[in-house]
Amino acid sequence: MQTINLTRDYDGDFVHRVEEESGQNVSLCYQCGNCTAGCPYTFAYDIPVSQIMRLVQAGQKKTVLSSKSIWLCATCESCTTRCPNQIDVACVMDVLRHMARREGLAAVPQVKTFWDSFLDSVKAHGRVFELGLTVNYVMRTGRFWTDLDLGPKIFPKGKLSLKPHEIAGKEHVARIFERFERESNS
Amino acid sequence: MRIGVFICHCGSNIEGTVDTATVAKASLDFPEVVYATDTMYACSEPGQDGIIQAIKDKNLTGVVVASCTPRMHEPTFRRAVERAGLNRYMFEMANIREHVSWIGKDREANTNKSVDLVRIAIEKLRRDAPLSPSKFSINKRVMVIGGGVAGIQAALDCADGGLQVVLVERESSIGGKMAKLDKTFPTVDCSSCILGPKMVDVAQHENITLHAYSEVDAIGGYVGNFQVQVKKKATYVDWTLCTGCGACMEKCPSKKNPDRFNEKIGPCTSINIPFPQAIPKKAVIDPTTCRQFVKGKCGVCAKVCPTGAIKYDMADEIVTEDVGAIVAATGYDLFDISKVTEYGGGRYPDVITGLQYERLLSASGPTGGHIKRPSDGKEPKNVVFIQCVGSRDKSLDRPYCSGFCCMYTAKQAILTKDHIPDSQSYVFYMDIRSPGKMYDEFTRRAMEEYGARYIRGRVAMVYPKDGKMIVRGADTLAGTQVEVEADLVVLAAGAEAAVGAPKLAEKLRISYDKYGFFMESHPKLKPVETNTAGVYLAGSCQGPKDIPQSVGQGSAAAAKVLALFSKDMLESDPQISRVDIKRCVGCGKCIITCPFKAIKEVEFRGQKKAEVIETVCQGCGLCTSTCPQGAIQLSHFTDNQILAEVNALCQS
Amino acid sequence: MSEAIAYYPGCSGLGTSKEYDASTRAVCRTLGLDLVDIPDWSCCGSTPAHTKDHVLSAALSARNLQLVSGMGIASAATPCPSCLTNLRTANHRMEAPAMAEKVNKLLDAPYAGGVEAISVLQALVEKVGLDEIKAAVRTPLTGLKVACYYGCIMNRPPELMAFDDCENPMAMDNVLSAMGATVVPFPLKVECCGASYGIPRQDIVARLTGKLLDVAKSVGADMVAVACPLCQMNLDLRQGQVNRALGTNFRIPVPYFTQLMGVALNVADEELGFGQLCIDPRPVLNKALSGADAQAKGA
Repeated sequence: MQTINLTRDYDGDFVHRVEEESGQNVSLCYQCGNCTAGCPYTFAYDIPVSQIMRLVQAGQKKTVLSSKSIWLCATCESCTTRCPNQIDVACVMDVLRHMARREGLAAVPQVKTFWDSFLDSVKAHGRVFELGLTVNYVMRTGRFWTDLDLGPKIFPKGKLSLKPHEIAGKEHVARIFERFERESNS
Repeated sequence: MRIGVFICHCGSNIEGTVDTATVAKASLDFPEVVYATDTMYACSEPGQDGIIQAIKDKNLTGVVVASCTPRMHEPTFRRAVERAGLNRYMFEMANIREHVSWIGKDREANTNKSVDLVRIAIEKLRRDAPLSPSKFSINKRVMVIGGGVAGIQAALDCADGGLQVVLVERESSIGGKMAKLDKTFPTVDCSSCILGPKMVDVAQHENITLHAYSEVDAIGGYVGNFQVQVKKKATYVDWTLCTGCGACMEKCPSKKNPDRFNEKIGPCTSINIPFPQAIPKKAVIDPTTCRQFVKGKCGVCAKVCPTGAIKYDMADEIVTEDVGAIVAATGYDLFDISKVTEYGGGRYPDVITGLQYERLLSASGPTGGHIKRPSDGKEPKNVVFIQCVGSRDKSLDRPYCSGFCCMYTAKQAILTKDHIPDSQSYVFYMDIRSPGKMYDEFTRRAMEEYGARYIRGRVAMVYPKDGKMIVRGADTLAGTQVEVEADLVVLAAGAEAAVGAPKLAEKLRISYDKYGFFMESHPKLKPVETNTAGVYLAGSCQGPKDIPQSVGQGSAAAAKVLALFSKDMLESDPQISRVDIKRCVGCGKCIITCPFKAIKEVEFRGQKKAEVIETVCQGCGLCTSTCPQGAIQLSHFTDNQILAEVNALCQS
Repeated sequence: MSEAIAYYPGCSGLGTSKEYDASTRAVCRTLGLDLVDIPDWSCCGSTPAHTKDHVLSAALSARNLQLVSGMGIASAATPCPSCLTNLRTANHRMEAPAMAEKVNKLLDAPYAGGVEAISVLQALVEKVGLDEIKAAVRTPLTGLKVACYYGCIMNRPPELMAFDDCENPMAMDNVLSAMGATVVPFPLKVECCGASYGIPRQDIVARLTGKLLDVAKSVGADMVAVACPLCQMNLDLRQGQVNRALGTNFRIPVPYFTQLMGVALNVADEELGFGQLCIDPRPVLNKALSGADAQAKGA
């Protein structure tokens, strides 16, 4: 374990930005652990969510943004719902993902890839093309065995369309993404 | 008039952001000011001596002190000017601390504002007239409302001091929450063994009149002379005849009603004496479940009662008690655990409150002192205690700490091991609050000697699975999620203001906080006084307290009452309303407006006029702003004085 | 007849949850709830959008709310809780003028607010009402023991979703009770099933879904009724993966609550799409119903 120098290693700007982007006051957290207690994903996290909150309070930007936990949070809202101090913890986790993306960090790359594939599909067709999304994800991650077992179960049901559901306004949706990218880069 | 002005530094409290020397200098330009100075601490002995000396040396006839709030030191300075030979009402205070120095940082602006406030005080002082209080006699009886341990202590101390005491208790027996406890921390002595004798003392004390199963209906009057209407609720049993033999309870056919004394984890009969040591030990019929009332026929208790005490046609009765002081000791109630849905209180029988657990531990409880869980009567092996349920929780609007839960939970963990040696207790806590003599040592004993496993973290959810209650929490020290397969879950439900507390506060004309706890007069220096003269507080009605604190407050309140009653006459505050009989048209608006019923209608030469009852008037001034004729004036706050203050402000 | 409600099926309604979409439409038609399709609706962005950026996420949802606004309809119902959350979050965040401005900058046509998004479940309970639903029952689901699973975000966080109890929701329980089913108390009604991690982290879903199935089985449920396409996929399609990962042998049907309603309301079988579920609930359903029938005749 490393010693954290609280005078020198405290990144006040990071704390401030998390608070600003999430609209939450992280100093309200008194470390009761209710978020960790309720979080269904704690077993998969490298840092439990209550400690993520603590590390945010302590201004430990690098540790927080490089954690796996922020990519494994499913926004199930258990933490937000039960926080005795009414902190929207799930929103803080969301904002930490945004910040990690901006820093080029993604400690669980396949999750980010899956989400990116999803958004690519929406951008291209206006709606999610489920089969296309899965194929895109598999191609990008090389995880060819992913859900191979489900194919025989789901294909005969006639649910998975082989063609995307293109919508008339798909250019409009694409423009949302284009404008967003322009705004983010400016 | 020869006015002296004293500008206080209050150390650096005022001087830090107000140039007091400049304020003093500016004051000399105001009319009739003959002397002005700044002083380090006006309230200190040298400070007061300086004021007295100046009054003598400069022949001052009025004094202005610019310092803190009048709530703090107005009485101090009034006494000082009186010692110098002036009338105590020839004094005014300008608040340049709370209203100026503590709220602004701009020294120049603060100095200017202070000058304005001093000018206003001077203009008021120039229109002050000497006032003298009148004396009135007092009724040296005291009423104590609430018969828990705090009220019992207050009643006994007052009675031992020779006062007549009227004790009013809402339930059919005194004893309050303490009577429901099995043992008490940190000594683990039996609660009813130490409370019981005090309860008996109440019953036997010749100076104490006990109204049990009664509530305060209305309160009139003022310090020294209150009239309290007490509603004696219908018990349907003539208590003068009831011997408490219990024959009625044995034969009552309606046996499955939730027993409120046992916190509803056990049944009781419709006619009931709550517990064997009850004081008074008298039966009460619950008409909402009694077959005679619900179905119109039964009458078993009436048949078996050997003294013929059953009276199905009894009605509520109002009695009026005249007393000179009132002690409110109405205690607390518990947070409703069913509001925390994720813990399943109210839905799952094996999720109970700490007070319910006390009843399971108690030999006089529904299980005879054997710990059996409510669902199936099995003895639990794994008992989980969850702290802060309805405490320190902003999301439930209960941000405060209930104070005593940490301690009683440690006690319950110890008792669990005593009762069931092969049991294991788990305590989920956030912080252990144990600041009392032998308290922290006690919580350590629970862990070190009794093996209670303390887990630092909150619990997110409790749910049943295969006969167990799965408790999922966090161990924040280990940084993990944890689960316990519990047989019984005990929630440390937080303390809340007693049901109906705000209503009683309004009858007593005392303040209460946003949670319904009564407000003391000063959080440090006047902990058992209220802002209404003659009304005192004891115990948890003011905020959560454990037994030693409650008993201490009961005695403290009694001391205050005894001090008040040590005089035969009280002085009334002369800052009251007075009617100019020539201007009064007898419209009666002031009579309707007065919240204290201090104005009455009188006949004067065949005409209706208003008259102020000096001892009742509290000087609030509502009547003066209601009177269409300007016929009522509040002494020391006349219309002329207020207009002069406004003028002074507008001219500056 | 109640007022018209715009209907937002969500992308999965066209694919993996076709039977949810079909049974929803059929049930609402039977109960006289007028669902009007939103022309050319697009994806709400779901979880991937809000994990990337809140303005982008709100814009993808607001495009649809704007379309509803153009239809002159004040409320939109969606069967999918994920869509619901996104639509409601967009509304909520756009109450702040600065946020609304940023979002509208991304849109062709700005959204001015004023469209409320609710779940199909809420629409049924509030716009049709339990009494009317009950009155429409033709084949009571007597004897069927069902656990109602709401999923994690149908009611959470309560300030945003503003419907039902966030820890112990009862709307679906009440609806299926009205259908005559025996609703077993299911303590993990709002516990997350693993959401969209099925593809990137199958192990997570196996564990979380496995727990749900385990508890459902322990409370004696014949089946688990769901209201979320993602939950349905995890509990049903991935039940085999769960069994392999955990060494269990669950075989619990996981129908949509609307499918069960359809049975009780005598909706034609082909509109309910039971055949499109992995574990066909009909054998268990028929057994429960005929058992109750036999009992009734015997009595």
